[in-house]
Order: sequence, then C-alpha cells, then structure tokens
Amino acid sequence: MTGTWQRRHVLATDDWSRDEIEQVLQTTGAMAEVLQRPIRRTPALRGRTVILFFAESSTRTRVSFELAAKALSADVTNITASGSSVEKGETLLDTVRTLTALGGDVIVMRHAASGAPYFVAERTAAAVINAGDGWHAHPTQGLLDAYTLRAALGDLQGKRIVIVGDITHSRVARSDIDTLVPLGATVTLSGPPTLVPSAWRCGMTPRGVSFEADLDRALDGADAVIALRLQKERQHAGLLPSMREYAHAWGLSEARVGRMRPDAPVLHPGPMNEGIEIAASVAHGARSLIETQVTNGVAVRMALLYLLAAAPEQKE
Amino acid sequence: MVGIRARGDLLAARLHEAIRANEHVDLPLGSLDITLYRDDLTRVGNAPIVRESVIPFSVDDRVVVLVDDVLFTGRTIRAAMDALVDYGRPRAIRLAVLVDRGHRELPIRADFVGKNVPTAATDDVRVQLVETGGRDEVELVPAAVPA
Repeated sequence: MTGTWQRRHVLATDDWSRDEIEQVLQTTGAMAEVLQRPIRRTPALRGRTVILFFAESSTRTRVSFELAAKALSADVTNITASGSSVEKGETLLDTVRTLTALGGDVIVMRHAASGAPYFVAERTAAAVINAGDGWHAHPTQGLLDAYTLRAALGDLQGKRIVIVGDITHSRVARSDIDTLVPLGATVTLSGPPTLVPSAWRCGMTPRGVSFEADLDRALDGADAVIALRLQKERQHAGLLPSMREYAHAWGLSEARVGRMRPDAPVLHPGPMNEGIEIAASVAHGARSLIETQVTNGVAVRMALLYLLAAAPEQKE
Repeated sequence: MVGIRARGDLLAARLHEAIRANEHVDLPLGSLDITLYRDDLTRVGNAPIVRESVIPFSVDDRVVVLVDDVLFTGRTIRAAMDALVDYGRPRAIRLAVLVDRGHRELPIRADFVGKNVPTAATDDVRVQLVETGGRDEVELVPAAVPA
C-alpha cells in the first residue's frame, strides 16, 4: 500500500485502484478497533459537518453513517425527502445549493436516480459520498462486504464468491463486483435470467465475473455467498412468476448453503425477506455474517468520512 | 507499557523484553495510534494513515508508562493521553522517551529520559531503528542555513 488518499468524493468504486481499496480496508480495521473501546468516540472530525441527504428511504445505511460520523465527533444533520422542500418541488440543484450554503463538509446522499451523486459532486464544495444511487452503485456496501469477507476468509485471491438474486436492479451487486474482483476474487452471479443484464446472461460478463442460472451449481465449492434482497414489486413487473417459485429456485436453504466449502459464510445487505431469498435458519445460523456486516458498516463509513473530511477541502 | 506508533511501540517492545529478561516480569504491552487525536488534522495536507491501536488489557487502576522516541512540542503526548483515557481510567500515566529535545509547547515533561539533546526548534531529530530497516541511530540534522 503506497501513497496518501487523494479522492475528494466516493461516488462508485468502479475506477478505484487496488491500493485505494486496501487503504480503505486498512483504515477500517483501525476504526473497528475504535468501536471496541469503552469510549467509542475520537475527536478526529470535531468542527466538521456531515449532512445526510436521503431522498430514498433507508434505515440501516442512514443510521450507520450517523453513528460513524458521531464516533468521529462530527456534527450530523439529517435531511430526508419527505418533510423537506423536496416535497414542495425543490429541484436537486436547489437542494444542493442549499446544503452547500449551510456549510456541510461532507454530503452523504442516497437517491433513486442513478448518477445523482455525480451531478451533486460537480456542483458543491463539499465532499460527496454515494449511499446508493438507483441501480448504479452502493460503494460503502461493496467495501463493507469486502472487509467482512476478508476478515472471514483471509486473502481473497482465488476465492469464489456467489452473488444471488435480482442482479439487474442491484447496486449492491455492482459495487460488490467492483470491490471483490480487484482484490483477487472471482464472482459467480446467479438468479432468474429475467433479472440478470442480458449481456451478462449471454457470457459477456466483466473480468472476473461469470453467470450460472442454476444456484446449486453456482454454490458447489464456493467460498461465500451474498444473497440480495428481492424487491417484491419485480413480480408485478412480470419478471417473476411468483415469490414461491423464486424461493424454490434461488432461495438460500440449509441444504443449498451446505454445497459450499465447510464454514463458507453467508452475507446479505438487508433488509431480508426471510423465507424468500434466505431461509430464517440460514439467516440466523452459524454461517451468517449478516450482523457482522452491520457492525463493519459503521467502521467502513468512519474510514471514508475520515479520509474525505480530516484534511482540509482542496477547493480548486 | 504502551508505545506510541510508529517507533515508540518498537521501543516499548524492546523495554518490555529487557524488563522480562532482567526482572522476570512480563508487563502487559500495548501500542497506540494517536492520529485520530491529533490537533493538527485540519492543517495537514492529506488525511494521515490511521493504524490500528492494540491495547489488549484494561488500563483501569493501572500505572501506564507511555513510550515514545522523541519528546518535542508535547502535542503527541497530549493526544496519546486523550486516547488512553478512552480505554479507561489509569491510576497514573508516566512518560518514557528515548530523546528529549526540548521546545515544549504544552506543560508536559518526561519521567524517564534516555538522553537530553539540546536542539534549535528548527532542527530535525531523526530516529532510526533496526526494526524499521535501518540501524539504531539518532541523527541531529541542523536546519539548512540560508546562504
């Protein structure tokens, strides 16, 4: 690992070097230790303001960022779409101008439109962290999954990770691929072919990624599996015959999980639909790292807030 | 005994070993990274690298000896004390340093000093250790005198 942190924003990890990913994971390890202390707060971001701008609903990601910012002693302000001027028809541009004028050092944003954080990053002096934009990216989830898998499996070089579910609409799947592949892992995608991008389904997958519709075959000998949340509205869009059929073909049951290597862990970004994409016994079983992911999420977000906000803004 | 990263932790490990060899006492040993407690974080160019602190024991009601290589302004030690008390309430905190070069900016002094070295505030004191790939040496580099 070389060099110091240079990025001003965290919008997606698709153009990150392995060094940058390693630096975040290493810093995350230090932050995880801070969270073990009797007093889980350090003064690193004293006097800095973090604005959480969530234009799409979220509980765990928002709370995770809030705890992360507070553990670094930053001031935190929450803005949600409902109950704000967004409901009165304020444009994203106007919202951004207001957030910038309010003096935020970091804007953490979630938005239903893919690419919205890029629009904001070009128009504000604050650092922008993407907390999920449409189908595009959820970089902090990708990083926390990589951190969690590395803590469980060691070096990811040559490890094979299965991601199962609605790949097409999943920003988590994209960010997981962007983070895990540079760390040396290969990714096997599985799920209903109607919910996998057609190019990927036909073999034109990114480097390090393959597609296997049959989940049993995908899981055989795998080192870990990440189950994605199935959004129930996909059924109404005609992409799924029924939830029952989905659970039968692509739900993670005890028997299926047993096809992986012994002790291969199970991850899920939450919130879970137990009994659909994952059986309750798997979600709460010995292999499950789902609660660890939540804990690690705070440490990853601390690392990113620190790297972006500890140094003064480099205004061009 | 708690060494301040990076280098103070290496010196603490050596002291720990010397005490074990000579006194047959195995003191609890930890290392502390004080980056998140620095008072100049907003003034340095880029976010400095944060490393993991390892304090594998309770500091409550114990006498903790902080170990560092060079005592200069005292700001590092101030940060280390703030970090340490986030782990509990030590009975006392002592300070051991290899070199005290003077020029304190805070009311801090060392309890154990390897060597007092008079310096100008602009001088550079460089400590190298075998563990970091050099040889054991402390070098006093005078500030460049403008021609």
